[in-house]
Amino acid sequence: MSQPTTPAVDHPVDSQWPLWEVFVQPPNGEPHEHVGSVHAVNAEHALQNARDVYTRRGEGVNIWVVPTASITASTPEDMGPFFDPGNDKPYRHPQFYKVPQGVRV
Amino acid sequence: MTEQPAANDAFFQYLLRLGDDRLVLGHRLSEWCGHGPILEEDIALANTALDLIGQANLLLKLSGEIEGQGRSADALAYFRDGIDYRNLQMVELPKGDFAFTIVRQFLFSSFALLQMDALTKSSHPELAGIAAKAVKETKYHVRHSGQWVITLGDGTAESHDRAQRALDDLWRYTGEFFLSDDVERTVASEGVGLDPSTLEPAWRQQVEDVVRRATLMLPSSTYMQRGGRTGRHTEHLGHLLTEMQIVARSHPGAEW
Repeated sequence: MSQPTTPAVDHPVDSQWPLWEVFVQPPNGEPHEHVGSVHAVNAEHALQNARDVYTRRGEGVNIWVVPTASITASTPEDMGPFFDPGNDKPYRHPQFYKVPQGVRV
Repeated sequence: MTEQPAANDAFFQYLLRLGDDRLVLGHRLSEWCGHGPILEEDIALANTALDLIGQANLLLKLSGEIEGQGRSADALAYFRDGIDYRNLQMVELPKGDFAFTIVRQFLFSSFALLQMDALTKSSHPELAGIAAKAVKETKYHVRHSGQWVITLGDGTAESHDRAQRALDDLWRYTGEFFLSDDVERTVASEGVGLDPSTLEPAWRQQVEDVVRRATLMLPSSTYMQRGGRTGRHTEHLGHLLTEMQIVARSHPGAEW
């Protein structure tokens, strides 16, 4: 099939702008949490878009924006080797250890 | 408080001017809702529109109280005709393309920030309170629109041309920001309001700075439109009001 030379007009084209991941720090001083992503042309623009989309109702006191392309993520194929080994090593959990006599809980 | 009737009427007129600027521009911005160039910007424009309509609501409510005829903010917004509106002509111009909307927002918000900042020192505590709220919101409007003016002006050939055209088309409406008449002089001498002509040097400096960073040219023409403050408007205001007022006028007394 030949490649169409122009995109069909009735298909909205996604923004050419890069994607940024947004992290917002809640007012009570807890660590920044990932809340979603925005499109933006640069870092300042990404901050403004994040502010408009995610913090209009007092959700945060600080925003980080990070280019999505800069994030290195584990893949679903990593599931086994990355996350399973813990299950058969109960001594990694605090419940494995008995509280010595004489220690008040 | 015993105020002289003339001073009271000037303060009423003054608050109408402040409120109408924000109501009409807020409505124009709301026309972008669902039509923004991108989802995030659609939200940003709608947020700005809501900020402005919120400010207008407070200012018109106060102006109705000062007038003392029992008119609410809604009565003033929905049951006045164009000739009784006191907004600047700039804010009633159709929204145009994105560059036009952004350049207008930047020119107006830069002015509004200086104006509201000065009004935080109003001797009328309620107006000073409204101004303090407006300053916080308007700082963001200036930052957002200013950043966009630079992005568009210093962007592609097309975005540069569109931003320059918008600046050229809007320039003749900026003179009206700084006109003062008996209303402004009266509220300024009473300490409740201010004479906007004092704001022009600071405004010009801010605008020149952003225009330069946007690689745009400040128009050299000095002809300036005027008339909005006394009810002489462009042909566009009537169409805007028809749309804005139709529901309230078709169903008087309806609540929603």
